[in-house]
Amino acid sequence: MIEARQLTKRYGNKTAVDGVEFTVQPGAVTGFLGPNGAGKSTTMRMIIGLDAPTSGTVTVNGHRYARHSAPLHEVGALLEARSIHPGRSAFDHLMVLAYTHGISRARVDEVIEMTGLQAVARKRAGAFSLGMGQRLGIAAALLGDPQTIMLDEPVNGLDPEGVLWIRNLLIGLAAEGRTVFVSSHLMSEMALVADHLIVVGRGRVLADTTVQDMVLQAGGDTVVVASADPAALRRVLAGPGVEITGRPGSEELSVTGLSAREIGLKAAEHGIALFELTAKTVSLEQAFMELTKDSVEYHATSTPVRAA
Amino acid sequence: MSIITETRPRPATPPSHVTSHVKVTGRRVLRSEWAKLWSLRSTWITLGLGLVFLLVLGAIAAWQYKSSLNSGRPMDDDFAGATTYSVALFGVPFSLIAFGVLGVLTASGEYTSGMIRSTLAAVPRRLPVLWSKAVVYGVLAFVIGTVGAVVGFLISSGVLSGTAIAMSISDDGVLRGLLGAGLYLGLVGVIGVAMGTLLRSTAGGISALVGTFLLVPGLMSLLPKSLRADITPYLPSNAGESIFALHHSTDTLSAGAGLLVLLGWTVLALGGAAYRLMRSDA
Repeated sequence: MIEARQLTKRYGNKTAVDGVEFTVQPGAVTGFLGPNGAGKSTTMRMIIGLDAPTSGTVTVNGHRYARHSAPLHEVGALLEARSIHPGRSAFDHLMVLAYTHGISRARVDEVIEMTGLQAVARKRAGAFSLGMGQRLGIAAALLGDPQTIMLDEPVNGLDPEGVLWIRNLLIGLAAEGRTVFVSSHLMSEMALVADHLIVVGRGRVLADTTVQDMVLQAGGDTVVVASADPAALRRVLAGPGVEITGRPGSEELSVTGLSAREIGLKAAEHGIALFELTAKTVSLEQAFMELTKDSVEYHATSTPVRAA
Repeated sequence: MSIITETRPRPATPPSHVTSHVKVTGRRVLRSEWAKLWSLRSTWITLGLGLVFLLVLGAIAAWQYKSSLNSGRPMDDDFAGATTYSVALFGVPFSLIAFGVLGVLTASGEYTSGMIRSTLAAVPRRLPVLWSKAVVYGVLAFVIGTVGAVVGFLISSGVLSGTAIAMSISDDGVLRGLLGAGLYLGLVGVIGVAMGTLLRSTAGGISALVGTFLLVPGLMSLLPKSLRADITPYLPSNAGESIFALHHSTDTLSAGAGLLVLLGWTVLALGGAAYRLMRSDA
């Protein structure tokens, strides 16, 4: 379990993390989502004590990270930035970390096998591809068999096979009852693995919610229906929990609260001809964009830059 | 590459086999730093260089002395006042750079590669990492430096036996002096570790090291003569050299005082390194 309370980090006059509060629960994958520069990596670095908070606290399983007598047994972390000496082999890298905790060589072999690195374990890590480097980072994170696993942008730059592997790994770890905390700037990726979402922008928590709630909040599922007599159709479909919108003079209506199937049946019942009947699911991507549109640090402008 | 075939990870084994005795201890951090040192090729290369300088440069100097003696020509000025001991330790300043540079690298390499993030995630209290690095590398540089000095002396004294300046390892003060040379190299290694930790950069650390031990002594000639005599003996390089000097004059420190002064510099450098390590984000 990870708990952040009023966590703040300032670099000079730039506030990277601004009074962030959240709790990451065990037994679920919690997505940590936000555009680039939202403060995700800084928050994660503070969780494992690499950066000191300007104010506020963050604890892991009830204690500050540095207070644990066996920190690798509490939290396994994969950071976004490379954290491996390129001259050392994968095996030696893991052994060096294992020695600090008295973790056995058998466990090192185990995580090498778990991450599929057997064939390259004796090669210099500097020669590794991005995907292998990520696997080595994950092997290091799993080394202490930690209760909490924290991964910063684990799928960045991975091929589809690597992405699938990480997805299954995360789901498996959460199913074992561990706390899994994963950051990403890709909503689509999070939608596939996360149960819970913490959305941040400009250093602040924008939403702390579940995946379903986020879709609902963003407008839920809408059905677009076009008919010859939209006014009649409105009357037929109206009911509790149903919301119908449409521009005057247009044949098209947007309906929420009814499925496309229900709308089609009702229209047929009343003899109203339909020209179009389309279910439009608001994608998480759209919901996310909507939520963070004010906090994206670097907007691409579609208009050409004019000389001032 | 064909190694990535298994896409579904095996379920991690339940947390039972990592038992409660798993915890960070001082001895374990030492063990880790020892493993770090030997798992990099640069260690072998640089330590080898440091040892070769001690053995080979002294031997070459001894041959040179002997051949100019046999040639019958007047003795080179370079060898004025030479002894077997001084000829044998000709390689110390070169060896010092090798040992110092490796000291810098053991610390700065962690920062330039990003390894420091893994290291501090495993040992978040941080200071044990610095102490362990200093101890492991300092002891190693001391042992190799001492062995190199002793073997180098044996080679040179073999070459120079029978000449006017012949000396034996059993002569008064020789063994103690050779041990002093090893101590000097060991402490330079520790100062290198401290500078690497303090500056977090290989180029910066090496520059600071070379500046301290090679350039600063040269700058002393810019000072007024009276001041120069007061300051020079206390410089890290001069204090270090007096640890293993066989003969002490009025303008050098005794071996014991030299060792104390160099220890003082080492503590100062380590203090600065510890402060930066604890105060700055990694």
